[in-house]
Amino acid sequence: MATTTTPEVAPEVAPALEATPFEPRRGLTVGALGALALILVLTNGMYLTFLPRELVVGVLDLGTLALLLIGLIVGSRAAVHLPRPGRVDIPTVPRDVVVSLLAGAVTSLGAVLVVLAIDAPWDLRSAFPNLSPQLRTALVGEAGLGGLLTSIAAPILLAAVLGGASRLLGRRVRRALVVGTEVTLGLSMIELVARDLLGNVGLAALHKAMWVTNSGIRPLPAVALFAVATGLAFALGRRGPRERRFHAAEARTTRQRTVVLVAALAAALILPAFFGLIVNELLVNVGIFLLMALGLNVVIGYAGMLNLGSIAFFAVGAYGMAVLTSPTSPTFAPALSWWVALPIVVGLSALAGLLIGAPVIGLRGDYLAIVTLGFSEIIRLLFLSDWLGPYFGAAQGIRSIPGIDVGFTTLSGIDPRGMLYITIVFVLVAVYVSKQLQDSRVGRAWAALREDESTAQAMGIDTQQSKLLAFVIGAILASFGGALFAAKVGTVFPNSFALLVSIIILVVVIVGGMGHIPGVIVGAVVLIGILGGPRQPGLLQEFGEYKLLIYGAVLIYMMLQRPEGLVPSVRRTRELHAEEFSQDAWFDRKGRFIDDDADTDDGKA
Amino acid sequence: MALLEIVGLKKSFGGLNALQGVDFRIDRGEIVSIIGPNGAGKTSFFNVTSGIFPPDAGTIRFKDEDIAGLPPNLITERGLARTFQNVKLFPNLTVLENVMVGQHCRRRSGAWDAILRTPRFRREERETEERAREVLSFFGSRLSGYRLEQPASVLSYANRRRLEIARAMATEPDLLLLDEPTAGMNPRETAELTELIGKLRTEKGFTVVVIEHDMKVVANVSDRVVVLDHGVKLIEGDYATISTDETVIEAYLGRPESKEGAA
Repeated sequence: MATTTTPEVAPEVAPALEATPFEPRRGLTVGALGALALILVLTNGMYLTFLPRELVVGVLDLGTLALLLIGLIVGSRAAVHLPRPGRVDIPTVPRDVVVSLLAGAVTSLGAVLVVLAIDAPWDLRSAFPNLSPQLRTALVGEAGLGGLLTSIAAPILLAAVLGGASRLLGRRVRRALVVGTEVTLGLSMIELVARDLLGNVGLAALHKAMWVTNSGIRPLPAVALFAVATGLAFALGRRGPRERRFHAAEARTTRQRTVVLVAALAAALILPAFFGLIVNELLVNVGIFLLMALGLNVVIGYAGMLNLGSIAFFAVGAYGMAVLTSPTSPTFAPALSWWVALPIVVGLSALAGLLIGAPVIGLRGDYLAIVTLGFSEIIRLLFLSDWLGPYFGAAQGIRSIPGIDVGFTTLSGIDPRGMLYITIVFVLVAVYVSKQLQDSRVGRAWAALREDESTAQAMGIDTQQSKLLAFVIGAILASFGGALFAAKVGTVFPNSFALLVSIIILVVVIVGGMGHIPGVIVGAVVLIGILGGPRQPGLLQEFGEYKLLIYGAVLIYMMLQRPEGLVPSVRRTRELHAEEFSQDAWFDRKGRFIDDDADTDDGKA
Repeated sequence: MALLEIVGLKKSFGGLNALQGVDFRIDRGEIVSIIGPNGAGKTSFFNVTSGIFPPDAGTIRFKDEDIAGLPPNLITERGLARTFQNVKLFPNLTVLENVMVGQHCRRRSGAWDAILRTPRFRREERETEERAREVLSFFGSRLSGYRLEQPASVLSYANRRRLEIARAMATEPDLLLLDEPTAGMNPRETAELTELIGKLRTEKGFTVVVIEHDMKVVANVSDRVVVLDHGVKLIEGDYATISTDETVIEAYLGRPESKEGAA
């Protein structure tokens, strides 16, 4: 398989001339960065918040895990040599583990600084409220600085050595170990879900055997899980370096598509029945924000317009539904049923899309982003204003919004399972609409627009009309989310529609994979489902306070390592990896060189 | 009847008078070349004619309708398509998709048709793809087979130029404006394209205006040659006439011994 780009770089270049260099300085630099990370985790309160959360009961808690992770990453990075002239891939040798140890030691010094800061005669707590006596106790107990050795230095040094040593292992083994660790830790955090899920299918005993209620996983099952996951990952893993190929779309066959579609549909219909309250509640949140993300995906992913105000359409959907259905709506209260109000709400959102879209479609790029951001704040402030207060209730919002009457029952926030079903229906509609539009004349016009607006216009595309259409479709999809949100929560306030929500949804789309529906779904499940929505807790509730910090970290990491997203669209991958693409364009899918008209088309580009 | 008739076309950018009252006409079925030194206003002439910039003065009558000041998409819809001097493809769309975009203005199905997959939508999608393949087959094996699914960004320079012509052809124009179609091609590719430009008329029935620096191409394809210099038309006539004209030699061609030096 390893046929592509990297040619064997002249192996005969005097191999014995220079032994693997010993670079303790790298240990210092990496260690210093680690110390900064450690100081951050200690002073922002994460460590103290995470300490009581047990992962492997009696063995490992989340706070210690944070330390271990810092140690592992620092140790692993410190043991890797940077390429230098003439030496592309310098292997890690056992001696490099000493560098890792050094890096771990430097990292641990971060904790010393924190303790010194707590003991300092100046008042630092007014700026860093977490530099508290409790933190000191957690770090050193009643002892002096020596206490740090056991609480901080030991785990970090141990992890650093392990991280460094892992570089001595083969790629396949290391990857298997990473997967094993991830699976074990992942399962240790989801006791709540496991209880919910297993309890519902009569496997409460299994839950009892593996987890401790309201805590983590038991040590023995953890070891077993780790062994099984690592073994499986090793067995299934591939030899050799990771390799990514950049080809034209690997089109799935119609049969594969149908299988995937049917499986997804069946899962969507059957699974909610087995989920308990909590998982269903989580998934409803995922679905509602996914609708918004799908709407934004049309605008930004398909038509390439950076819209920072997507919350505005969601807000119009939610407020429209609130005014039309709530019997206590301040002035105008027709108290319609949800279903009658829905088409009106959709129409209102489409109108909002037109009204916001019309003045801004003449703008491009950054300017469009700024103006849409402004518009979304204007809309929120209008709902908040005293001027429109008689209609929208100003800061109090609108209360007692009824649920969705579906004949035999009424769906609302107190019935997450029913709510999930109806959310799934709307998500399916949104996915279907997005997909059909993408593969059509309209979708091609959007793609052309995204690539090069003026050329698209010169090729006969009415750019104004196409852009407006994208805005309107995006607004309608987001308004589905808003309408469901109103019925679920029962109350709408202006503050539910802050700018932050637009940003979070944008992160969902970017991290998932812009312009690609599976990507957007994965993004919503990972970010909203696991970390939590703007105000809604996610699966890992202990991250709640630090959600935005983690969002930011995830975004930065993705931008650096995988800017095309978790599940990227082919087009975006092409855009971001143009070089690799033009390289691999010379090979067919089996890795054979395509040798045609090489005599005439000697590339001048 | 003239297909395109331009009278007194003027355009200036700030203090630069790119076009200072150019007259131009072309009849159906003609192939006319526009030549002239760099900065003569050739590309500005195309840009104004195709609606990228509105003219400052003058009339542009295309198929007996004044199109001056219309946006480019409406001009393309009326049957006037162009290529660009610095190739402007949609780099991350495939070859086939690029050409299918060209069909946009000839189809009518909208968002509803797409969502509901109406019969009109299916028919139009089928026709669009068939038409795109047909247009690409004009270039023989150059843009066929596995190339159809490749992104435009990986094509060789010559193929990008060909694809741009294909995309313009897909808009089903009456008049094609080609801006330096052979720039950056080697002699063999140039000869091949010269022949294709002839076929654009004989096989496809297009009327063609071509900006070209390669005098061999100009001599081979054009019925008439228009020489621009400093935004004014120096002279027009058949190749034999203009190639011996003293003012043209002075302004552009140079003395016979370095006759092709400008290419």
